[in-house]
Amino acid sequence: MVLSGAEIVIRCLQEEKVEYVFGYPGGAVLFLYDALFQQDKVRHVLVRHEQAAVHAADGFARSTEKVGVAMVTSGPGATNAVTGIATAYCDSIPMVIISGQVPVAAIGQDAFQEVDTVGITRPCVKHNFLVKDVRDIAATMKKAFHLARTGRPGPVLVDIPKDVSMQRCEYEYPKEISMRSYNPVTKGHSGQIKKAVQLLLEAKRPMIYTGGGVVLSNAAEPLTKLTRLLGYPITNTLMGLGGYPSSDRQFLGMPGMHGTFEANMAMHYSDVLLAVGARFDDRVIGNPAHFAEEPRKIIHVDIDPSSISKRVRVDTPIVGDVKEVLEEMIRQLESGEARPNPEALAAWWKQIEQWRDRKCMVYKNSDEIIKPQFVIQKLWEVTGGDAIITSDVGQHQMWAAQYYGFDKPRRWLNSGGLGTMGVGMPYAMGAKLANPDVPVACVTGEASIQMNIQELSTCKQFRLPIKICNLNNRYLGMVRQWQELFHGGRYSESYMDSLPDFARLAEAYGHVGIRVDRPADVEGALREAFTTHRNELVFLDFQIDQTENVYPMVQGGKGLTEMILSAEDL
Amino acid sequence: MRHVISLLIENESGALSRVSGLFSARGYNIESLTVAPTEDFSMSRMTIVTTGSDEIIEQITKQLNKLVEVVKVVDISEAAHIERELMLVKVRATGKDREEIKRTADIFRARIIDVTDASYVVELTGNQGKLDAFIGAIDPALILETVRSGVCGIGRGDRVLKV
Ligand SMILES: Cc1cc2nc3c(=O)[nH]c(=O)nc-3n(C[C@H](O)[C@H](O)[C@H](O)COP(=O)(O)OP(=O)(O)OC[C@H]3O[C@@H](n4cnc5c(N)ncnc54)[C@H](O)[C@@H]3O)c2cc1C
Ligand SMILES: Cc1ncc(C[n+]2csc(CCOP(=O)(O)OP(=O)(O)O)c2C)c(N)n1
Ligand SMILES: [Mg+2]
Repeated sequence: MVLSGAEIVIRCLQEEKVEYVFGYPGGAVLFLYDALFQQDKVRHVLVRHEQAAVHAADGFARSTEKVGVAMVTSGPGATNAVTGIATAYCDSIPMVIISGQVPVAAIGQDAFQEVDTVGITRPCVKHNFLVKDVRDIAATMKKAFHLARTGRPGPVLVDIPKDVSMQRCEYEYPKEISMRSYNPVTKGHSGQIKKAVQLLLEAKRPMIYTGGGVVLSNAAEPLTKLTRLLGYPITNTLMGLGGYPSSDRQFLGMPGMHGTFEANMAMHYSDVLLAVGARFDDRVIGNPAHFAEEPRKIIHVDIDPSSISKRVRVDTPIVGDVKEVLEEMIRQLESGEARPNPEALAAWWKQIEQWRDRKCMVYKNSDEIIKPQFVIQKLWEVTGGDAIITSDVGQHQMWAAQYYGFDKPRRWLNSGGLGTMGVGMPYAMGAKLANPDVPVACVTGEASIQMNIQELSTCKQFRLPIKICNLNNRYLGMVRQWQELFHGGRYSESYMDSLPDFARLAEAYGHVGIRVDRPADVEGALREAFTTHRNELVFLDFQIDQTENVYPMVQGGKGLTEMILSAEDL
Repeated sequence: MRHVISLLIENESGALSRVSGLFSARGYNIESLTVAPTEDFSMSRMTIVTTGSDEIIEQITKQLNKLVEVVKVVDISEAAHIERELMLVKVRATGKDREEIKRTADIFRARIIDVTDASYVVELTGNQGKLDAFIGAIDPALILETVRSGVCGIGRGDRVLKV
């Protein structure tokens, strides 16, 4: 069958069972949009800014196991997409981004809307391609999807010059693809796994520390099984929340900068640490030298060898897919006789319970002024703890992570690695399209939401009944907190004047807007949003305490045990 | 510590910039980098001379392996290996200097491959030390220009880098 390059691209998307493409047209992708127009299998979501297209596709991917797809034009379309691509890259999210390029002959001529897209995106993609021959499109698309979803996932960009999308050739979608240079290991080395199990069983103060890799590998089930089998304490990073049910007794909360006292103490004083799909980020272990002071054996399971022994020395590395490795660990445990040492474990739990008794997550509620933590707790109640929660970046992100207990994976979508303000609403859009029957709420701040506020228009066009919970403190709160604590209270440019009336702004876009000033109205407003206005987008503008800070906190450069638990510690 | 890393990489446009971009983005040193296609034209072989602690070298090899177009990576300096570099030196050669340069070239087993009334081009291969020594043996005032290829390396004996 002879098809144009553009038709081939769309055919490939159909072959990959892509349901939605998030994008924005322009000159270099006119043929692609024409091909999209002439079919009805792949649906297109027209955003209002290319950054949001990539974030929405990213949110779609995070909330499913699927590859997110975005399409943008050359030049400014591609540069607008870069923040979205880098955001997905930093959190290892599988995506394919298709960008238009100027015709092959014009490349390098400083043509209209020409940028070196492959060059610009190279450091923030898993891989990228410039397709110069129409006959290479099908194989390249196949490779792009294969690369995006296998191994350590990540975004892959395919740059297609306009003339290539117009030219015609015989089309056949390759059934398989093999690349001699790309063969990620998925099955962990069984000898290493055996050593790891041995080490785990001998532990006196064991700790399980898991991250985004558990979510990406869909391994929540084996992780839960293994953790219960061992009876060990567990913590999930910001990216790994929901990997283990947070309502379970063995769960100690999140570790790190804004993690719980018990999780950080247990991480620090463990004698055997099992790290699974987590990369010892600086926001998690604090000062690496301080972390290394306490002797402990570390087992590290990761599909990317370069994540292992990057920031801390690892004793038992296991390269492989989390799910496969955990299942093998369970098999070995179940077939063997050995069990954890009950006395040592009881003593360790006793210690942990003492740490837990510090109740580091308690905050002072108020009848007069809305506390952000209270809003999140009410949000949990009203949604039965089973909504998809997206967030932006700042204090509200931390409160959402700390106070909305996630019991399932892929229910918590946020930008951890790049920390990109503006992801919240587009993530909610992608998640809602992927999960039409699940309530989706975006917890945001008045500053973050304005970074992609134009998407209220997209939500109207595509009838996306997401609930926006704006924790409005009239401050770049996270910046203000650092200035208060570490810069002598000099609030340089962290106060935002002239804010819009968000409720009326939402109404102007055709949505429902509700402003909430009093704690007593929080629950009612949430119920209204999730029941009366179930099928509408509701913008809830909560006027919260401006001075509230996020605690506990491990200051940059400090060790995990040097936490500030509350304002009283200062 | 100085390391010589050899790798096979798909012979695609842009592959070189992925490698050099990796080094600059992550702050790794490159002392020299050479690349050319192998007997199999679909693949290029690259030799990178770099320095760093054991941890950094471990990360460099892991990060290189992670590049999708990289087929294989070895640190050939981990065991017995051979390094060679090619140098071309254009020198001012007049009067008594002509004899002197010829003599020095002979000692280093270099060859004079271009001759004019006033200059020679001397070709020399060897390891970095030998090339440095040759430069040191010639009066700096006579050197008009030098060009060096960067180091190529190969393992001794049975050690073979092949797909
Ligand atoms: C304002 C702010 C505050 C923050 N504070 C905290 C904090 O207090 N605590 C905290 O935890 N984080 C915090 N973060 C997030 C932090 O910056 C990192 O993004 C996060 O800790 C990294 O999570 P992770 O280690 O789970 O790694 P991820 O980035 O999720 O990486 C996943 C790892 O799993 C591996 N992997 C992927 N797929 C597989 C597979 N199939 N099999 C095996 N391995 C796989 C990858 O190779 C990678 O090494 C904060 C971020 C922001 C913006
Ligand atoms: C695109 C981008 N620019 C700047 C920052 C730095 N930054 C981190 S949090 C923050 C303030 C966010 O304010 P807001 O959205 O109101 O959330 P709050 O902290 O008040 O809850 C800023 C500016 C960032 N993370 N992303
Ligand atoms: Mg704010």
